[in-house]
Amino acid sequence: MRGSSLRMTGKIRRKASYISWMRPQDILIPLPAGLCCKPGGFHIDPVRPVERAVITHGHSDHARPGHGAVLATQETLDMMRLRYGDNFARTTQAIRYGEEIQLGDVTIKFHPAGHVLGSAQIAVSCKDLCIVASGDYKDAIDPTCTPFEVVPCDVFITEATFGLPVFRHGNAADEVKKLLASVALFPERAHLVGAYSLGKAQRVIALLREQGYDAPVYLHGAMEAITRYYESRGVALGELRLVRGMKKADLAGTITLAPPQATSDIWTRRFPDPVTAFASGWMRVRARARQRGVELPLVISDHADWDGLTATIEATGAGEVWVTHGQEDALVHWCKARGLAARPLDLVGYGDEEEHEVIAADEAEA
Amino acid sequence: MNRFAELLDRLAYEPGRNNKLRLITAYFRDTPDPDRGYALAALTGALSFKHAKPGLIRDMIMDRTDPVLFGLSYDYVGDLSETVALMWSKGGGDYCESLLGHPSPQPSTARGEGAQLSAALSSPDKSKATGKTLSVPSPLGGESQGEGHPAGSASDDRLRTSNLHNNPPPPTLSEVVTTLRTLGKTDLPKQLARWLDELDETGRWALLKLVTGAMRIGISARLAKTAAAALGNKDPHEIELMWPGLAPPYLELFAWLEGRGDKPVNRDPAPFRPVMLAHAIEDADFATLDPADFIAEWKWDGIRVQAVAGRDERGHMQARLYSRTGEDITKSFPDLVPSLHLPGAIDGELLVLREGRVQTFNVLQQRLNRKVVSPKLMKDFPIHLRAYDLLGDDENDLRELPFVERRAHLEAFVKKLRDPRIDLSPTIAFDSWDVLMAARANPANAGAGEDADAVEGVMLKRRDAPYLPGRPKGQWWKWKRDPHIIDAVLMYAQRGHGKRSSYYSDYTFGVWTSGEDGEQLVPVGKAYFGFTDEELLQIDRFVRRNTTEKFGPVRHVVHEPDQGLVLEVAFEGLARSPRHKSGVAMRFPRISRLRWDKPPREADRLETLERMLKDVTAN
Ligand SMILES: [Zn+2]
Ligand SMILES: [Zn+2]
Repeated sequence: MRGSSLRMTGKIRRKASYISWMRPQDILIPLPAGLCCKPGGFHIDPVRPVERAVITHGHSDHARPGHGAVLATQETLDMMRLRYGDNFARTTQAIRYGEEIQLGDVTIKFHPAGHVLGSAQIAVSCKDLCIVASGDYKDAIDPTCTPFEVVPCDVFITEATFGLPVFRHGNAADEVKKLLASVALFPERAHLVGAYSLGKAQRVIALLREQGYDAPVYLHGAMEAITRYYESRGVALGELRLVRGMKKADLAGTITLAPPQATSDIWTRRFPDPVTAFASGWMRVRARARQRGVELPLVISDHADWDGLTATIEATGAGEVWVTHGQEDALVHWCKARGLAARPLDLVGYGDEEEHEVIAADEAEA
Repeated sequence: MNRFAELLDRLAYEPGRNNKLRLITAYFRDTPDPDRGYALAALTGALSFKHAKPGLIRDMIMDRTDPVLFGLSYDYVGDLSETVALMWSKGGGDYCESLLGHPSPQPSTARGEGAQLSAALSSPDKSKATGKTLSVPSPLGGESQGEGHPAGSASDDRLRTSNLHNNPPPPTLSEVVTTLRTLGKTDLPKQLARWLDELDETGRWALLKLVTGAMRIGISARLAKTAAAALGNKDPHEIELMWPGLAPPYLELFAWLEGRGDKPVNRDPAPFRPVMLAHAIEDADFATLDPADFIAEWKWDGIRVQAVAGRDERGHMQARLYSRTGEDITKSFPDLVPSLHLPGAIDGELLVLREGRVQTFNVLQQRLNRKVVSPKLMKDFPIHLRAYDLLGDDENDLRELPFVERRAHLEAFVKKLRDPRIDLSPTIAFDSWDVLMAARANPANAGAGEDADAVEGVMLKRRDAPYLPGRPKGQWWKWKRDPHIIDAVLMYAQRGHGKRSSYYSDYTFGVWTSGEDGEQLVPVGKAYFGFTDEELLQIDRFVRRNTTEKFGPVRHVVHEPDQGLVLEVAFEGLARSPRHKSGVAMRFPRISRLRWDKPPREADRLETLERMLKDVTAN
């Protein structure tokens, strides 16, 4: 089934029912509400309320409230419940990695995406055609979630958050060593690490523990619930304490994790001469780091870097690539230079979680 | 090199002075010789090698990357060195591979084939891996972690470590610095490519900044020396004093700082001291300054020099003349050497004096850049030093003293020298800015007398200012005379160089004079700068649309009484010049405004320039 009929550009093909001649766009099609699977009757990561939603992971731009039925991993469902309350959807159904479910005329199967706890790629198959919607993913090792798995497919739908060849994330452990070296050099200062609350923060803590750092790690109040949830799922993070109520002098020589926005507001005044760090793939680009007033940029990303994106595309064996959000142009160009059919999906509503994390009002002073 | 790069990287983000010091000191403590010495040299600006052009770096990256991807990346990052540092892929990258011979995936009739291929890549047994993940509700639930972890996931660690494994170790800073010193131009690209292959992202960034001479990290030489001093709990002033006698990689210095060696002595009997420079004063600055805090002197239109004399180990007097950048120019002025017969360091202006009168810069220029300094040249252009500061008196370093005290030392020193070739630069008495402004407008009447021609403005020095290297804020100000201004007509245009080579950016302009055929324009000068980028585009457009003839790279641009472009030209001085058809030569001409509003016939006349010339001579 992978003949010319699969090409996005192939325009004139006898209009037949999808049962006999299935094209990728007959299975999944980008609509304003998100990626829509008509034969299955659901949307993937819809940005507007829909009847049936299949959700890749718990980040707020992918997992939104107000849908009828939601299918996702148990972790993703739990995270949505934590954020939106018990009534975030009418009904929910949990699915495990590797599990297959028939929805209408298609079969869907979840595979680990390595992005955050519970994150999944969703393989949608109809007859012989398989499309993988990978959501956000990374191919780097992360002690806090199940490793990414390559899923062979015909069409691979990929993000492109770091879709420029300047984004090379390197080894996250080295970045954490950089942080620890700074803590050792400035024992009288507090180190404040901006990190996205869901996933990044826990990964940074786990990486610190891997480096043998066993002092308590301090948390901004906005991170408490999700971090405790990680622990409840078996992710060991060592001793964690809340910053709330700590004396300024006692925070000297400590490491605190906080949502990125908090590291640049008055909340930081409670720390002694804080060193502002930020754990993000964006920190690879100096102008980006300077713009945020970061003093210690740590290149630690929950998204695949350029090498990861391109290696993954190759490994899936897909002949066609759809690019969702990020730096689409470069990645589409790269695919085409390799003879792969590729196009941007121009989906709106997904983006850079780190840049947009909102701290709930009652947590802002936490 | 990677460690040094890490330091630079961290310094670039760290705003606090004390924290910067801590970072640098820690680096000196952790880094062995000679690397830390070369780092100190890099931070104090004491390294010297020919810099690579950005164009070379661009060519190198173009050879190994897809131009579209490079373009998108450069747009995003906004800095060439950084883009190259991040994009560089070891061993030539995959660009060539992607163009040559990389087969596009074969369309297959069944998905199975592709699946098997990637399954083989990802895990030896796909069904097993899938089976495992199925059984794992919690990601850390034991067995899922191990083998079930296919292709892509290993990329960070597997691909990258295997690269490291095959590569030679990254170059040390010493290796880079010593190699660059002797490396020929043709060998540079290959050597750079090798280093870029070996270094990590930050290392590549620092290397490119270093070789292109674009290392700006907000560190003063003073700060770097202070950080070194902290290594041995020494007073940075001690390092400052011995500094002129030290050279990279400063082994002696570090040995002393670490208590392993004696204090280095400054063996150079006549060392150069980094000079102190002035800021140009703006009208708005006067409101914030109190005239009583300042001493004013003439700003001489000569060459800033440092004249140093000292006794060597055998007690012989050694004298040297340095340019303001520390270049030894003693050989060009042997006639001044005998005058430097007392140990000390004078900061002053090199001038040509004839019969006690300072000559213009045009005259002084005859003494510059000469291969041979003949007796005739020395006789026709007698050299003179006008002293305005004293940095050292015998063994004593005076630089920490306030200017007013150094001035007293200087006056005594010059008196003691009793040499006709060296005199004091007089101070200007003033009690208000208005009085000083009047002096500046008419130096001849304010004490400069017959030397007024060589005055290009006024210097203001804080009475309490120590002698600080560099351009410290608020200490010294220069207040130049208003430039002369005329309106001239654009006559010819020529393409510029380098970045401007695609624009007509060199302009010859002329003024009106009466000739045999009536009114005609006579060229009086050439200007290359003074205009904004926007104005450059406008003039370039005008040139292209109004060319009347082309001679090689030169375009004749229309210049009729009613057609053409009037340029307001500012210049610093005028001199008679038999070499110019007009008989006058301008000093530092520059375009100060475009007069689109003015018809060429209203531009200035040669007579105006001749009057200016007379005024200057008469004053
Ligand atoms: Zn995400
Ligand atoms: Zn996303």
